[in-house]
Amino acid sequence: MVPEVMNELWRCLSQSAFLNSQPVQTALIVGACAALVSAIIGVFTVLRGNAFAGHALADVSSAGGAASFLLGISPLLGFLGMAWIAALGMEWLGVRKARERDLATGIVLGAGLGLSALFLYLDVTTTSTTGAAVSVMFGSLFAVSRELIWPAIGASLAVFVLVALLYRPWILTAVDPDLATLRGISPRWMGLLQLLALGLAVAVCALAIGAVLATALLIGPAGAAIRLSRRVAQALILAVVIGLTSVWAGIWLAYESYYWFSGHAWPVSFFVVVLVFLFYVFAMLLAARTRARTNVTYPTMREREN
Amino acid sequence: MFSSFMINTWIAGTAIALVAAFVGFFVVIRRSAFAAHALPLGAFPGAAAANLLGVNPFFGLLIFVGMGVLLLRQLARIGRRDVGTGLLLVLFLGIGALLLSMTSEYGPAVFSLLFGEVLGVSDADLWAILVICVLVLLAMILMYRPLLLDSSFPDLAALQGIRNARMDLIFLSLLALVTATALPVVGAFLVFTLLVGPPAAAQSFSGHPLLSLLWSVIFAEICIWGAISLSYWSNWPIGFFVGILGAMLFVLARGYRHWHQRQRRLVIRSKVLNQK
Amino acid sequence: MKSINPILSVADLSVDLGGRSILREVSFDLYPGQLCALIGENGAGKTTLLRTLLGLIKQRAGHALIDGAPARENRALVGYVPQKITFDPDLPLRTRDLVQLGVDGHRLGLPLFSSKKKTAVARALAAVGGEEFADQRVGELSGGQQQRAVIAHALVREPRLLILDEPLANLDFGSANALVALLGKLTHEQQIAVLVTAHDMNPLLPEMDRLVYLVDGRAATGSVAEVVQAEVLSKLYGYPVSVLTHGGRILVLPDAPENADVANMNRCSGHGA
Repeated sequence: MVPEVMNELWRCLSQSAFLNSQPVQTALIVGACAALVSAIIGVFTVLRGNAFAGHALADVSSAGGAASFLLGISPLLGFLGMAWIAALGMEWLGVRKARERDLATGIVLGAGLGLSALFLYLDVTTTSTTGAAVSVMFGSLFAVSRELIWPAIGASLAVFVLVALLYRPWILTAVDPDLATLRGISPRWMGLLQLLALGLAVAVCALAIGAVLATALLIGPAGAAIRLSRRVAQALILAVVIGLTSVWAGIWLAYESYYWFSGHAWPVSFFVVVLVFLFYVFAMLLAARTRARTNVTYPTMREREN
Repeated sequence: MFSSFMINTWIAGTAIALVAAFVGFFVVIRRSAFAAHALPLGAFPGAAAANLLGVNPFFGLLIFVGMGVLLLRQLARIGRRDVGTGLLLVLFLGIGALLLSMTSEYGPAVFSLLFGEVLGVSDADLWAILVICVLVLLAMILMYRPLLLDSSFPDLAALQGIRNARMDLIFLSLLALVTATALPVVGAFLVFTLLVGPPAAAQSFSGHPLLSLLWSVIFAEICIWGAISLSYWSNWPIGFFVGILGAMLFVLARGYRHWHQRQRRLVIRSKVLNQK
Repeated sequence: MKSINPILSVADLSVDLGGRSILREVSFDLYPGQLCALIGENGAGKTTLLRTLLGLIKQRAGHALIDGAPARENRALVGYVPQKITFDPDLPLRTRDLVQLGVDGHRLGLPLFSSKKKTAVARALAAVGGEEFADQRVGELSGGQQQRAVIAHALVREPRLLILDEPLANLDFGSANALVALLGKLTHEQQIAVLVTAHDMNPLLPEMDRLVYLVDGRAATGSVAEVVQAEVLSKLYGYPVSVLTHGGRILVLPDAPENADVANMNRCSGHGA
């Protein structure tokens, strides 16, 4: 019986227009990469209380994405380069007084976005790309070139390798930096490596759903997963599930919306952001109810606030 | 540059920078950086909706920015920023993106709402902007002293009969109004810079509240005039110039203050050494 | 015997918070020109007492009168210096401006510069010795200077009662002594009543006129000599304590368990209830 069901399923899938369309296939793969890396890095970012840094990196990377059209390089490289420059800059400036950080980060964000504005304008006037503003800021997942599939997978693999190697030191530095130093692990270097990995995640997410909305994938699934988990491994798996579901469902919904609205599809990024948000709200409610019912505060990992 | 179609922009820009300096002065003191960052992003879908419906963007902006104020007060009660509030902001951006995707001029509309538009001030717009700016200015002058006390030391202010919650609501509302007027001109992403950059720079220069406020206005006007003229001359987006000029003001002023503080420390240290 | 009325009159004051009894039948009076120290550990009820005096909390029983009227109504006569004083180093507010705001900070509209206000500000600054840092940013002052700035802010409206919440908590010995000397000078020169809370009564001994010793919501009030006695304090603590004096300093020590004679102590009914 099972083989028959499987055959039927396979027949449905292989004949569906949805899965046979090239842009959709590209979208599913690149989207999956984005969901996976952002979920994994996101967990560490949120644990470290660096959610705002992720947000800032994503916004600033838009300048790189915009510049990529001018430089004739792949947008992935553009996003990545800018994200890494910004990450190094942040690490170099260090985290000083919280108040300064609020103002200074905001100002730097403004300057970075202003730079994006300039590059996007130059894109329109000097190159022949249209819709650069939209695809850089809000993403056009169905329009991503097939050539970017392998680079996206490559970036994701790089992140996996980093996480696999540095999983334990990263958790230690997040939980107890002093102990980490005692054990010979430099929190500063770990932090730097995390920022670089974050840059990779930012780049892939920006490619998928746009620089400005990438924050949703970076912190949303991770935030929801952390609220519901008691161990890091649990959180990682849950974050991946949530992220992947949001992205793939978002892609499918966007595809279908073409038919609902007679030819005028809604953006993939919109659906992804809404789904991530709903997951987060659901996770919050669930976590609150569980706490209330059992009347015990679980030793969940704290989401440190910025 | 001062032809008839640019005159509106000059007047609007001057007025907006004036009230932005006043309100931004207190944004810096009250450490309301998050509110100043969140309100423009929350207002963005309002402008997008208005664009889609073909109505005056002000309606959309004011409605959404009003919602934003209410939301902020709710969020303040829950606690400080966390992942949830960040997601909420991104959600607003996503909604704005959706709304704009439904218009026929997706790209240009996105660009001008996010990064500003030098040429977009019609005569009707100008009247609306001036009315709002005058109202905000009057309110700020009226509330200057209680607001200064409440922002600097809320506990003492409460003892003198000032209700902190009410001050907060009034201030947020004024911030919302300024956001709504500034967004079409400098863009959602740069409202923060215009609000915060000049006053933060001014406060690094002077410890006298009124002088510091005056410097805020001067710096803000320099910022907007520079941005408008450079944008007109180069055709580059005004948001770029606001971002860069604002950042430059901020960095220069902070640098000056660090240098000044170091000089003072050296003077004190040499005095102590001479005494020994 | 004083023929004038007390500026602060607290009688049988009992305050409950969150279902718990925080203050129990506290009574004391304070006259102009007197400095009163309110001594107690954390959780003894000092903050609650202060907040009741400021009219922020309603008592369950008893009264707290300021110049004859309930505390809430005469708040204008009270100057208050809170415990936590933090000013941003970049705050564009000079000491002079902070004091000025004490005069008219709650008024709407354009500030009108009157010579009367200027003299009031100058006088308040002089009273705390603040002329030297009057034109500096409040955020750049030292802890002791910031405190004096806030005291000047409180003084500028000529209060009849000045309340300071744990002003000595974060000061080094030298600054603490200087502050106590200042408070004593203010009390006696300006004939105001000053109420100071603290953990440790010793720094205040030189200037203290009255003492309110608070333990677990109950108070022993009177002069230092009257209150700081082994019998009185043991009854208050519900546990035998000894009072040691050395070089003008006082130390209140709970007796070691083997020496404690608790049975002899429990004369007061309802103690520990």
